[in-house]
Amino acid sequence: MQYAHDPALLLARFQFAFTVGVHIIFPAFSIGLAAYLAVLEGLWLKTGRPVFLDLYRYWIKVFSIVFGMGVVSGLVMSYEFGTNWSIFSKKAGPITGVLLSYEVMTAFFLEAGFLGVMLFGMNKVGRKLHFAATCCVSVGTLISMTWILSSNSWMQTPRGYTIDPVTGRFMPADWLAIIFNPSFPFRLVHMGLAAFLSVAFIVGATGAWHMLKARKAGKFSSEPVRVMFSMAMWMAAIVAPLQILAGDAHGLNTLKYQPAKIAAMEGDWVSEDHAPELLFGIPNMKTEHTDYAVKLPLAGSLILTHSLNGKVPGMKDFPRDQRPPSPVIFFSFRIMVALGMLMMLVGLWSLWLRRNSTLFTNPVFHRVALCMAPAGFLALLCGWITTEVGRQPWTVYGLLRTSDSVSPVALSSMAFSMTAFVVVYVLVFGSGLGILVRMLGRAPQEGEHDTPPSLATEILAARMHPGVIDPSTGKGA
Amino acid sequence: MMDFAYWLPIIWAVILVAAISIYVVLDGFDLGIGMLFALERHPDRRDVMVNTIAPVWDGNETWMVLGGAVLYGVFPGAYATLLPAFYLPIVLMLLALIFRGVAFEFRVMTRGTGREGMWNAGFMAGSAIAAFCQGTILGGVVQGIKVVDGAFAGGPLDWLTPFSILCGLSVMCGYALLGATWLIWRTTGVLEASCRRWAARLAVGLFIGIVAVSLWTPLLHAPYLRRWTDWPNIAFVAPVPVLVVVLGRLFVMGLRRGHSKGPFLCALGWFFLCLSGLGITVWPYAVPPGLTLWDVSSPPSSQFFQLIGTAILLPIILTYTIYSYHVFRGKVTETDGYH
Repeated sequence: MQYAHDPALLLARFQFAFTVGVHIIFPAFSIGLAAYLAVLEGLWLKTGRPVFLDLYRYWIKVFSIVFGMGVVSGLVMSYEFGTNWSIFSKKAGPITGVLLSYEVMTAFFLEAGFLGVMLFGMNKVGRKLHFAATCCVSVGTLISMTWILSSNSWMQTPRGYTIDPVTGRFMPADWLAIIFNPSFPFRLVHMGLAAFLSVAFIVGATGAWHMLKARKAGKFSSEPVRVMFSMAMWMAAIVAPLQILAGDAHGLNTLKYQPAKIAAMEGDWVSEDHAPELLFGIPNMKTEHTDYAVKLPLAGSLILTHSLNGKVPGMKDFPRDQRPPSPVIFFSFRIMVALGMLMMLVGLWSLWLRRNSTLFTNPVFHRVALCMAPAGFLALLCGWITTEVGRQPWTVYGLLRTSDSVSPVALSSMAFSMTAFVVVYVLVFGSGLGILVRMLGRAPQEGEHDTPPSLATEILAARMHPGVIDPSTGKGA
Repeated sequence: MMDFAYWLPIIWAVILVAAISIYVVLDGFDLGIGMLFALERHPDRRDVMVNTIAPVWDGNETWMVLGGAVLYGVFPGAYATLLPAFYLPIVLMLLALIFRGVAFEFRVMTRGTGREGMWNAGFMAGSAIAAFCQGTILGGVVQGIKVVDGAFAGGPLDWLTPFSILCGLSVMCGYALLGATWLIWRTTGVLEASCRRWAARLAVGLFIGIVAVSLWTPLLHAPYLRRWTDWPNIAFVAPVPVLVVVLGRLFVMGLRRGHSKGPFLCALGWFFLCLSGLGITVWPYAVPPGLTLWDVSSPPSSQFFQLIGTAILLPIILTYTIYSYHVFRGKVTETDGYH
């Protein structure tokens, strides 16, 4: 067994946290955006209003970039279990590997197979079939999320297995119990809503930016901008409150199955009924005390157990070597909740403005919506940190320690790969972010181009007929 | 149950080899196109090259994810031994594939900003490095890794030998050939003509590679040599080298007579034969020279559960994959509509 402070183990953990943290943004973006695209194309087919097609064509360019980055960063994940966590793979592979294979077969191929048709096939297959392709891609992203969360939830709340006494491997005994393990439904709903919410705030911020720009130029914003802003704010108003309910239900589930995680999230050391809620504090793992605590009496019991005298666990209930590192998740959890509340307030504010018919004219609200662009993704990342760090020191909760899961790989190799991943990710995904920002900095047009601006047709057309190039952008008009 | 435990890993080995072969062929030609960027400098023709693969590359790469996932779920012992053993080339390959994968989109999105050159280089270098790493990993598996108690026990650079380097270079050459013959099929005019020239030279290179690897492999381990020379094995395996030569002849004829699909199919045939030859050589080892398929496989319940899904899903996947290739069939020209 390696010790918790072994440098190779720390590097392996940091590398996983880093690569999965970058990766998770893209599938979440794809889940939300693919659903949005399916809705847009469906509305276009139903109503015939060109604004929906314009928005579809605008956002599909973003989708193609995001999806590409998701594919390559996901490819890394599917091999990293073996390179860095080989003991875990060997022991839990008979369960998690099978779930991952189902993900690939039911979701990845569906997405990748129809992505080509979705991006480039509008003129080749006809509208209905093209809409079907968009729906396939969207459904694929949802199926993918389902399997990966089933696998992750099984690692958090394992069920339906036996342990081979000789090899220590997890042997599947009941696949339904494995897939539908106790925390899976809560995690699935919470993550799905997070993906929709994250994309709603990106779309909303893009709309807000273009309305602010139009206002500065003394113009009224164009129809596509207003429609997408309005759709995004509906989404925020409906989904943000739902997400808070889902998060609350997930919390109750975690209290039941992973009480040590709850104790660490709350910074509670002694278990008590009538527990207060710590609004702020700095949990200290050494002195077993939360310093500078600001408490709200009884709220802890009320929030976590929905009763004033409910018993809330404390970290001293658990042996020292089974406690998750509280300071990290104490803060990540609070940031997530605060962002969730802010998103809900923005949603409610949008409803109020709608009633007064000032949704498209209130610049203060537009500035707030613009600032909220990363809110969904930040909350999502903080949520993942909370749940994943809160699972420590286990990879399979209560059964397989993280320190017993790592590969027998030389420290130098781990250090090389860590450095290489950081450098390459910063370069590649940093450039990707730059390209996305540049794309979104251009407002959606009425009569938006069919193909991504990247497409050779457009460039070739521009080369062949230089007259139609817009000199300010260098692109075909 | 005993029978299940015996047959399931064999069925899975066949499926895994099929998945890897499909990956090698599909991603092979698109990695090859990346490498051919080094030979084709004209920006319009480079766009055409990329246009032939833009709608399908995501799907091609998915076969590699499937290979990893099947290894993880069905042969976790092999997954957990091979991946640490090839830690560095795998990491390098993944990084190269990241560059290549995003370069598709980024090179055109950054057109006119001065960064386009960087992404073209990324596409080219990423494709070349990924191909080389895949070849060295394959060669490294064949030459065998050090295993103690079912876990990798060697050093971080064990995989790097003259043999694995030869395999890496051969795979680069082979992928470039697949790319060139794919382009012969899918393009016209100047580009098609250049590809015919490149294909002829690459085929010579690959042929030399095949011969060298074939002569070297049996010398690595005694069982490999016996597999190919003992009676009656020799009667079953002799057609492999014969077919390699026959396909070579067909390839030359197809190229000379201006066939468009023929050369690509011959190149595919070569890959099929090489992979079969490797399979014949290492059978029944999953991690040569010590661990067999049965040593590294999941419990039968895992393999069986996954087999049910695969039996239903794989035909469906193949159907819509073929459909998507069908939608984008035909020659791609410089005025074509997708990127």
